[in-house]
Amino acid sequence: MESKVGLDFQKVEQAKRVAYNIANEVQNFAEQYTTVAVERTICRLLGVDGVDENGVPLPNVLIDQIKEKGVLGEGIIYFMGNAMLVTGKMPQEIAEDVSENLLDITQLPLHTTQEAEQAVMPVINASIERIRTRRARRERYLNTIGEGPKPYLYVIVATGNIYEDVVQAQAAARQGADIIAVIRTTGQSLLDYVPYGATTEGFGGTFATQENFRIMRTALDEVGEEVGRYIRLCNYCSGLCMPEIAAMGALEGLDVMLNDALYGILFRDINMKRTLIDQYFSRVINGFAGVIINTGEDNYLTTADAYEAAHTVLASDLINEQLALMAGLPEEQMGLGHAFEMDPMLENGFLYELAQAQMTREIFPKATLKYMPPTKFMTGNIFRGHIQDALFNIVGIWTHQGIQLLGMPTEAIHTPFMSDRYLSIENAKYIFNNMKSIGDEVEFKDNGIVKQRAQKVLDDALALLSTLEKEGLFNALEKGMFADVKRPQNGGKGLDGVTLKQAHYSNPFIGLMKGKR
Amino acid sequence: MSEGLYSMEAKDYDKTLDLKKIKPYGDTMNDGKVQLSFTLPVPQGDEAIEAAKQLILKMGFSNPLVVYSKELTQGFTFFNCYGSCSHTVDYTSIHVPKVETNVMDMYECDAYIKEHIGRKIVVVGASTGTDAHTVGIDAIMNMKGYAGHYGIERYEMFEALNMGSQIPNEEFIAKAIEMKADALLVSQTVTQKDVHIKNMVNLVELLEAEGLRDKVILVCGGPRISHELAKELGYDAGFGMNTYADDVASYIAQELDARLNGK
Repeated sequence: MESKVGLDFQKVEQAKRVAYNIANEVQNFAEQYTTVAVERTICRLLGVDGVDENGVPLPNVLIDQIKEKGVLGEGIIYFMGNAMLVTGKMPQEIAEDVSENLLDITQLPLHTTQEAEQAVMPVINASIERIRTRRARRERYLNTIGEGPKPYLYVIVATGNIYEDVVQAQAAARQGADIIAVIRTTGQSLLDYVPYGATTEGFGGTFATQENFRIMRTALDEVGEEVGRYIRLCNYCSGLCMPEIAAMGALEGLDVMLNDALYGILFRDINMKRTLIDQYFSRVINGFAGVIINTGEDNYLTTADAYEAAHTVLASDLINEQLALMAGLPEEQMGLGHAFEMDPMLENGFLYELAQAQMTREIFPKATLKYMPPTKFMTGNIFRGHIQDALFNIVGIWTHQGIQLLGMPTEAIHTPFMSDRYLSIENAKYIFNNMKSIGDEVEFKDNGIVKQRAQKVLDDALALLSTLEKEGLFNALEKGMFADVKRPQNGGKGLDGVTLKQAHYSNPFIGLMKGKR
Repeated sequence: MSEGLYSMEAKDYDKTLDLKKIKPYGDTMNDGKVQLSFTLPVPQGDEAIEAAKQLILKMGFSNPLVVYSKELTQGFTFFNCYGSCSHTVDYTSIHVPKVETNVMDMYECDAYIKEHIGRKIVVVGASTGTDAHTVGIDAIMNMKGYAGHYGIERYEMFEALNMGSQIPNEEFIAKAIEMKADALLVSQTVTQKDVHIKNMVNLVELLEAEGLRDKVILVCGGPRISHELAKELGYDAGFGMNTYADDVASYIAQELDARLNGK
């Protein structure tokens, strides 16, 4: 492939090698540990669901028991398999017995690791089959009613009430949206459990629950059949319950998941060890379920300056790509994030944005890149905002982005009105049609602004990656190399849920899911 | 398109500006022209347009004009409209409480603090409660600032700590005590269902319980905050849209000077 912005692909290869080394160190660390969230995820995959009389989810009840007994590191597979052998019951019944204080799964006569794993294997296989069937259902839709062209139009709904979200989501689909993201309620990422059931109250968003996933999936299938286009559902596989949400999404047929440990570390102050361990399992699940992950690099530019820190976005995308590959996630399912966030008063800012987007496209040719709209410089002047979004849409169609997260003229004022979403979709559809082939028609001048900029950002990213390779990712995060935010290795939320794997530990899901379909 | 565009109608109203009776201005003094857009939960059609017109009349406009309508989804129609506002406001009688300071730039402010305070001013800021947005507090505090206005961290005469987002009030106060803060900055960006009000009031109550309320300059900011609201909630000052680090820093410097030096 010839680069339209004059990139030296040997430098790209070099950058990917360095990113591999950085990711590999993290991966070697993550594989030695498990977390309360990983073990709860296994419970969910084994079919454990529901809450106890105090509203505590049963996966939490089970994992709290083994954690309190100090044997979290042996893993729930061992205790569950053993309990199944001893009691002859299924995981859900065992969880209910534990929640009613009828059973302590750590105090039963112990079988060997192998025997325990064998006992639970049929349940594991059934779970794998269920996810496979879900995936096949999506593929059947894509092969029959099809999908919208790329860039997919991505809009959010955020009413707090799942039933109201359904009305908004179906309206957006009828107007042309391809992906509906149900924004989570403020603060859910910091909950160390997943709420249960259908919910109608949330702040700035709606709780991610398995039942809410089911309700929205059904509504989108319904409207998808009506409009003759498969409508993808997006949620947030991030925060302290990252892999649990991945499992719920895999079971309920979600298509897109925000899934980025770096985002949680930097912007939610989640402990870096905890969330990088959680991320590995969540990406294995997302890869297997055919879910497109979205990474959150675009957020760096809300705190750091988009022009000056452009290379940090690329460097982080490169690391995220390697971490995803190590979890068996195919390139096509990588919605690596970047954004149109430069100050609109910057002279030739559009050209720098264009250079950045074309460069990103060429460095990750197969990825379903996620392109984020202006947010930081949306001022409440909705008229200028609508034009900023138009320029963003021009770059999106020009550089063949994968997912166009539509900007709203009322960004920074309120969560979108139905009419805001309509205006944004109209804006994007107009530009995508009117400028469809501009990227194939227009070439950039040698040594011009666009080419020089793209090459410089790649050079800067390579230099940053080389520094990161020497430091290691954990130290780099401590020093504030991304987004101007510093996070200590042993600070943040969730570290007490991390433990070294012990002798009886096993997680057969990894082997059955990783890199498979 | 619309009859408004090339209206030959005589403009038979008084076209002189009277500040005791102001109304919106389109292209002629006192024409009262306003543009509106809204959605009604009805299907598109003549009845929908009539409904929109009647609603505009009830809002206090004359000459309602629906220039565009579009059914967004089944049973919901969006309108772009114009009308002439029949109400007026007496501009001369308006009094809005605001932060009364002389706004200085960073260099003037640093010089002022050196001269009047003689030491660094300690400021702790955070986006408190469940609010996960740092954009506001970052714009005011971070080195780089926002839209060309340097943030407080860049000022030589401020010692500033930006704690970030989702900081519980208790943690915020503990840090203020530890750093012997002169001023506290509270940012509230996302404010569904008035959750920010409860959280801001709770901070004042906690500060009072600790006997700290009078010992610090308590400042809040965010898109939904006004100085008036801030005073109502027991804060010393509030900064809304389109205010920058200069405004906040100048206020803190002058207020602290007034408190320390009895001005």
